[in-house]
Amino acid sequence: MSAAPVPAGPQPGSETARRRGWGWLLLVPGMLWLAVFFLFPTVQLVFTSLYDPSGSYEQGYAMTWHVANYVDAVRDTWNLFARSFLYAGIATGVCLALGYPLAYAIAFKAGRWRNVMLVLVIAPFFTSFLLRTLSWRTILSDQGPVTSFLQTISVLPDDGRLLATPVAVIAGLIYNFMPFMTLPLYASLSKVDYRLIEAAGDLYSSPFTGFRKVTFPLSLPGVVSGTLLTFIPACGDYINAELLGTPKQYMVGNRIQAAFLTEHNYPLAASLSLILMALVVLMVVVYVRRAGTEELV
Amino acid sequence: MADRNADLRLENLTKRFGDFVAVDDLSLTVPNGSFFALLGPSGCGKTTTLRMVAGLEDPTDGRVLIGEDDITHLRPYKRPVNTVFQSYALFPHLTIFENVAFGLRRRGVKDYQQKTRDMLELVELGGYGDRKPGQLSGGQQQRVALGRALINEPGVLLLDEPLGALDLKLRRQMQIELKRIQTEIEVTFVHVTHDQEEAMTMADTIAVMNNGVIEQMGAPADLYENPVTTFVANFLGQSNLVRADVIDTAGGDVVVDCHGQKLRLAASRSHAAGRSAWLGVRPEKVFVAASEAEDHTGVNVLTGGRVTDVSFVGVSTQYLVATPWGQELMVFEQNTGRRPAFRNGDEVDLMWAPEHTFLLDADQDAHAGLMTPEDIE
Repeated sequence: MSAAPVPAGPQPGSETARRRGWGWLLLVPGMLWLAVFFLFPTVQLVFTSLYDPSGSYEQGYAMTWHVANYVDAVRDTWNLFARSFLYAGIATGVCLALGYPLAYAIAFKAGRWRNVMLVLVIAPFFTSFLLRTLSWRTILSDQGPVTSFLQTISVLPDDGRLLATPVAVIAGLIYNFMPFMTLPLYASLSKVDYRLIEAAGDLYSSPFTGFRKVTFPLSLPGVVSGTLLTFIPACGDYINAELLGTPKQYMVGNRIQAAFLTEHNYPLAASLSLILMALVVLMVVVYVRRAGTEELV
Repeated sequence: MADRNADLRLENLTKRFGDFVAVDDLSLTVPNGSFFALLGPSGCGKTTTLRMVAGLEDPTDGRVLIGEDDITHLRPYKRPVNTVFQSYALFPHLTIFENVAFGLRRRGVKDYQQKTRDMLELVELGGYGDRKPGQLSGGQQQRVALGRALINEPGVLLLDEPLGALDLKLRRQMQIELKRIQTEIEVTFVHVTHDQEEAMTMADTIAVMNNGVIEQMGAPADLYENPVTTFVANFLGQSNLVRADVIDTAGGDVVVDCHGQKLRLAASRSHAAGRSAWLGVRPEKVFVAASEAEDHTGVNVLTGGRVTDVSFVGVSTQYLVATPWGQELMVFEQNTGRRPAFRNGDEVDLMWAPEHTFLLDADQDAHAGLMTPEDIE
């Protein structure tokens, strides 16, 4: 390449510009897909959330721009929202605490076991989400080994249970979303040049300081994407609360599911969905901004 | 903390990786304040040696001392030693200023800001403090790596192929720069490199390493002029090696028979134990002369040569001359214009001074240390 003083951008009508124009065509199938299966349903959802709630599945709904649907939804279910975010938050925190050392070990210590360990992390995906959660019912059941063991060592009282408690629901969330945390963390950590950690040691950092000042900041992209990939689906999850909890542990997802599929109260279900979506987007934006301005390159 | 103004000593240092002996019973002393080069081909154990001094590799056996302090098993962050890593290992998420200040801040040095600014000036990066390493050129990153290590005022600065990633022109420039900084601050530099020219330009002392052991150690000129092994003779510059038999060692000189022709050299330049030996001479020490044209007293002469290749390289002409026994010897001749160049097929004699002759053990491989195509990057 010659060292041209002006960077050679695409000139109008030049070969490069025309080729770039063709490249955009590759986006068309994806864009169409999104338009049909994401954009259209979302717009539909917004309209549904503003229908008159006195309508019904059988008689149809009248469009009355009934904004009060949102007020009703928040009034009746704010505690479900709070619980969803609490459970999802705890699950995300525990996933990070458990997943980080695991990802670190796979990235730096696993050696020739690295691929085996990665497959083991993904292995749960080979069976269905529902089946796995159902098997947790057995594991955590009142006569199950975990409950008996915890009773024996007096962590649980003799009549204590795991199933049908918040612990069971959160444990289910942690289990089900663990790979979503571990894999991005691994991807980030495996990109950290080991020589940087050696350099930190050479420059008077104890292993812990080296981790704090070098390894962890460099793995932040993985931490951010891992927590997002865990927190967002966990907020909307209802299977874990359904199968491992009771109505007392229900999350907002359970309410939406019931409104849509059992009560056929579409305006309520739609407004709940949109509120959840808006809140999650808001939290994600705040979180990414904070993480982004501090350490992310 | 160990005394920063003391010699670095390695005693019987050994490192094994499984069955492979990377460094084999290595002992040497690096005098305080010197510029010391560990020179050798890749896989010779030089980087492993450096890493053991830095504390990044645990020796299988032996000791590392600075003065009288044994630092063999000290963790890296407790050693008065800093490293300029191969490809620099700059922290990509920190600014240049933070990179350079890193060591001082970890040790809680109060006026780190002023010291960091001073160091950035020393390595001529005054205005670059706020940038990230990714925004700097290779040469600039190299200077950041140097500043980041030097700011800690180490007793010994370790440099692991520090110029390997730079292009030739920049490398020459940085060699001079490194030498200037070393002279200025009088810190012991231990420089690991596979580039013999780099080692010779910069170092006070070179240790040539091969297969985990030191083949020869000394001042660059001594190593070059009087190599003791075929590996050193070939790895450091180029050498002509011909078979010879020792026939007389009486007096101060050694007389050898080389395919029927008698050659002599000083006993101090003979490193051959037995009767059979390799006789060596550097290509630029050899003169080509038309057959029987010149006076032969006091010089070593090989007669009966025939020019088989002539390459004109501007400042010099490089000849290949076939000997009567069929070996091709190299001759580098300055283009002084004193007489016209020889042509292919010319009958010539080769002449050189006895003090440019060296004698090596015949048990050694005459091709040891020769560059293979893979070595040339």
